[in-house]
Amino acid sequence: MKANQIREKVDVCVVGAGHAGCEAALACARMGLETVLFTVSVDSIALMPCNPNIGGSSKGHLVREVDALGGEMGKNIDKTFIQSKMLNVSKGPAVHSLRAQADKAEYSRSMRQVLENQEHLVIKQAEVCELITEECGDSAEELPKRKITGLRIFTGAVYEVQAVILCTGTYLKARCLCGEAITHTGPNGLQAANYLTESLQRLGISLRRFKTGTPARMDKRSIDFSKMEEQLGDERVIPFSFSTDPESVQIEQDSCWLTYTNEETHAIIRANLDRSPIYAGIIEGTGPRYCPSIEDKVVKFADKDRHQVFIEPEGRHTNEMYVGGMSSSLPEDVQLAMYRTVPGMEHCRIVRNAYAIEYDCIDARQLFPTLEFKNIEGLFSAGQFNGSSGYEEAAAQGILAGINAGLKCQGKDQIVIDRSEGYLGVLVDDLVTKENTEPYRMMTSRAEYRLLLRQDNADLRLRKIGYEAGLISKEQMDKLLEKKSAIEKEVERLQKTVIGAAPQNQKFLEERNSALLKTGTNLAELMCRPELSYEALKEIDPDRNPLPEEVIQQVEIEIKYKGYIERQRRQVDQYKKMERKKIPDTINYDDVPSLRLEARQKLKQFRPISVGQASRISGVSPADISVLLVYLEHAGKNG
Amino acid sequence: MKTDTIAAIATALSDSGIGIIRISGPDALQAAGNIFQTKNGKHPLMEYESHTIHYGYIVDGDELLDEVMISVMKAPRSYTKEDTVEISCHGGVLLLQKVLDAVLKNGARLAEPGEFTKRAFLNGRIDLSKAEAVMDLIQSKNDFALKASISQLKGSVSDEIKSIRSIIIYEIAFIESALDDPEHISTEGYTQKLSEIVEKLLWRLQKLLDTAEDGRLRREGINTVIVGKPNAGKSSLLNLLIGEERAIVTDVAGTTRDTLEESIRLKGIGLNIVDTAGIRNTEDVVEKIGVEKAKRFAGDADLIVYVVDSSVPLDESDRQIVEMIKGKKVIVLFNKTDLETAVTEEELYDLFEGDRSNFSVIRTSTVERTGMEDFEEAIQGMFLKGAFRMDDEVVITNMRHKEAIRDAYRSILMVKESLEQDMPEDFYSIDLMSAYASLGAIIGEEVGEDLVNEIFSKFCMGK
Repeated sequence: MKANQIREKVDVCVVGAGHAGCEAALACARMGLETVLFTVSVDSIALMPCNPNIGGSSKGHLVREVDALGGEMGKNIDKTFIQSKMLNVSKGPAVHSLRAQADKAEYSRSMRQVLENQEHLVIKQAEVCELITEECGDSAEELPKRKITGLRIFTGAVYEVQAVILCTGTYLKARCLCGEAITHTGPNGLQAANYLTESLQRLGISLRRFKTGTPARMDKRSIDFSKMEEQLGDERVIPFSFSTDPESVQIEQDSCWLTYTNEETHAIIRANLDRSPIYAGIIEGTGPRYCPSIEDKVVKFADKDRHQVFIEPEGRHTNEMYVGGMSSSLPEDVQLAMYRTVPGMEHCRIVRNAYAIEYDCIDARQLFPTLEFKNIEGLFSAGQFNGSSGYEEAAAQGILAGINAGLKCQGKDQIVIDRSEGYLGVLVDDLVTKENTEPYRMMTSRAEYRLLLRQDNADLRLRKIGYEAGLISKEQMDKLLEKKSAIEKEVERLQKTVIGAAPQNQKFLEERNSALLKTGTNLAELMCRPELSYEALKEIDPDRNPLPEEVIQQVEIEIKYKGYIERQRRQVDQYKKMERKKIPDTINYDDVPSLRLEARQKLKQFRPISVGQASRISGVSPADISVLLVYLEHAGKNG
Repeated sequence: MKTDTIAAIATALSDSGIGIIRISGPDALQAAGNIFQTKNGKHPLMEYESHTIHYGYIVDGDELLDEVMISVMKAPRSYTKEDTVEISCHGGVLLLQKVLDAVLKNGARLAEPGEFTKRAFLNGRIDLSKAEAVMDLIQSKNDFALKASISQLKGSVSDEIKSIRSIIIYEIAFIESALDDPEHISTEGYTQKLSEIVEKLLWRLQKLLDTAEDGRLRREGINTVIVGKPNAGKSSLLNLLIGEERAIVTDVAGTTRDTLEESIRLKGIGLNIVDTAGIRNTEDVVEKIGVEKAKRFAGDADLIVYVVDSSVPLDESDRQIVEMIKGKKVIVLFNKTDLETAVTEEELYDLFEGDRSNFSVIRTSTVERTGMEDFEEAIQGMFLKGAFRMDDEVVITNMRHKEAIRDAYRSILMVKESLEQDMPEDFYSIDLMSAYASLGAIIGEEVGEDLVNEIFSKFCMGK
């Protein structure tokens, strides 16, 4: 095949077939757009190069939200998990979170099959080297606005497009480090993408270097599990996807294992710190604090005499075990020595060494909250390329970028999911508004309205958006509306059902150690008592009709946490007011009098889309926001 | 557009004859109505016609604050085009702040600098051509307020706020780490620990609020009215306090009350002792006018010193005096203890109907000059409840600071409620975070990435 001969015309190109790329490509194709998905290796589609789980605290929420929007991650893990747990069940409903162990190879294979069979979607193994753009803005400006028109792959072939979604993950100029041994490859020794960076820089996109790492994988046969504590999955598994039949996920599960490091482990690490690339200063990238390497933990938490180590299977058809809690970039000989001090791992054999990886990514403040580049129309990006970390964070951005690229091609308005609508909204807003100095991980504490953003109501929050984009069928949407109305009706019925101080009611309460009634009340009031559940109240509620479990769950949460939920709703109302005040893209901040210099510079640099977003930019004070409001009002009335 | 209700002192902060509090927003009528009383009792302000003015009193709970005129302007016919109430009070920074404080406790929040004008503009009340001036005003007023606010906050108050904040953020970080990484960090037994911490936080915040009151007293002095029957020893007391030379004596003439005030200092506390003709002669008290006047002084006073001649039995005049000063902070001086006693403390308690919460009894003899130490200590104990009374510069004087501390206190109270209701851990951190943010506003610190930083620096997360 000769270079430059092929010239194809499609709608959307997605660069990279990781968790972001898969969701982005599926979204576009399902919206009916001709989509090409590029990957450096078709065998590595939806690869899980680090931990073998999907979900976890707040990440489980993201998976549910992806599913509500019509994404694939939840369905795919439901098909390929080997253990599942609902975390935080002893805590409030807002922080319950699903986490499943995946059979990695199965996960990847199953996702690949979905992609391969998706109409309007073509998978192409190739390295994308260059983006092709043309000027479309005012050429008098310092950096005139450009528009994406196509891309060129390594062979020279050109694809003409309306939109491109960059999901390059950790592949851009990737470099792997295992002690003194350094290779210029992507994860798992895969080919890095070395050309695209220069093309992006030529377009005025600024890049930076981030770093992450992964622990070693062990041969199962070399581990003595009798010295470890067995960790079982839940007895009754709850699926991730709202469309998965709960009965289909009641499978036999595999176990994980818990063991601990000790003083001996820590002594070996301390003695060899000078050989760690991070402590020796060889790694330039900024690493994430939330998954510290074992050497970081030993240095920063010197008072802890042991750290937990979770041994987790990588799949059913492999002997490889993931050593959770002990990621490292120490040299191979030190790794082996330290792992062998851990009970149960005295004779362990390493299949793959732990390593750290460095890669190019962007400061996502170059993006709109739609994930489109502010300066290049039609260019979107998602996932680790945007400075996040984690499969779930990537998938969530992927589906949003996919939907918006699709809407763009269809000539429709793009969507923004805000901080009150989903963890996805928090994730994107944080990425595109705040300064992040390390790979960004979702955390439940980042969601200020988390009582409303529960994993159990992701469908009620977001399904409509997926439906309007065309990713959710009419049938699914009708089902949701039915559920919604059943919840509302039942809450209303409970509020209206009067319970008098009749003897049988008092007896019922007495039996449950609940305060007796002085005057009449209603069922909803009674349900607010911690000791009385919906189920328990059945006895004094003869008019009750049988309802699906998912409806009862929502009714119970709505009523039991009413006070807190209402308070958050009021906060959301305040927040929304500022989000709704849009700042026109044409605003010239030099025309706004009285802005402080710092605020003026920040606003010019980051061009927020709303007054709400502007208020979250560091360096913009409340007084600046007042000034901006007055200015916009003035401009609105004059213009 | 839905907005909240704001309030501020609209006149200059000086001891002028009249001062105005302005309230604007959907709850303005409600907030003012809650604290406004006419001679016929409370009257809902919504029922008044727009652009009318009314005479009455401002009360905060049981305490009568001031005699006022109140103007009601209903939306859209007001400066801000919102429901607006203006309360014309008698001048004096102290009094204005007290009235404003009462308004804030009843549903309004303190206005940002320039906010009335901003609202007036946004609601279309001010000519568009003035937009630039409005923006300038907001920025410059803010600048000034910020500088003033920071300069008023020094030393150990700011240290105390930082210390409270660091406790709060640590607890949030712990809860959040456990939520994010439940397999590494367990919350077993945590609620008990948090309950104890919450109690301590409430105590410390209360102390800070107390210093806000201290700060006011320190600046303004304690307004003290001495009452008692003739020959009870009131003059001797005054002379004693002045003559001891432990105090600086100044004459401040001509305050709004047309009276002479003796200002003295005791152990660093200023006492503005009101010497009124009206109460000096007990025979006047029985006259209606005299009683009314005395009541007004008593109403304004921070402290009543009630001098009782313990050698003479209690009579009808005492009953009338007690009736007049009930509910105030009172120090009863059992004077002339050098003579034979004709009154017991129990009789006095009976007169106060057993309510001992606000008064203490000190035995003195102005002749033998005994009991003065106890008197001073009683004053200190009654008024300087804050934790910082030994240090002169550390008091909360800024209304905004006080409001923020009160917000923080309320938030921590919510945490306490959640704990009592056995709510799960994740609920606590929501209100803890609000408290943290409120306190941060005082020392000019945003929340930003504090929590995430605290989590990663204090708790070892997994993977």
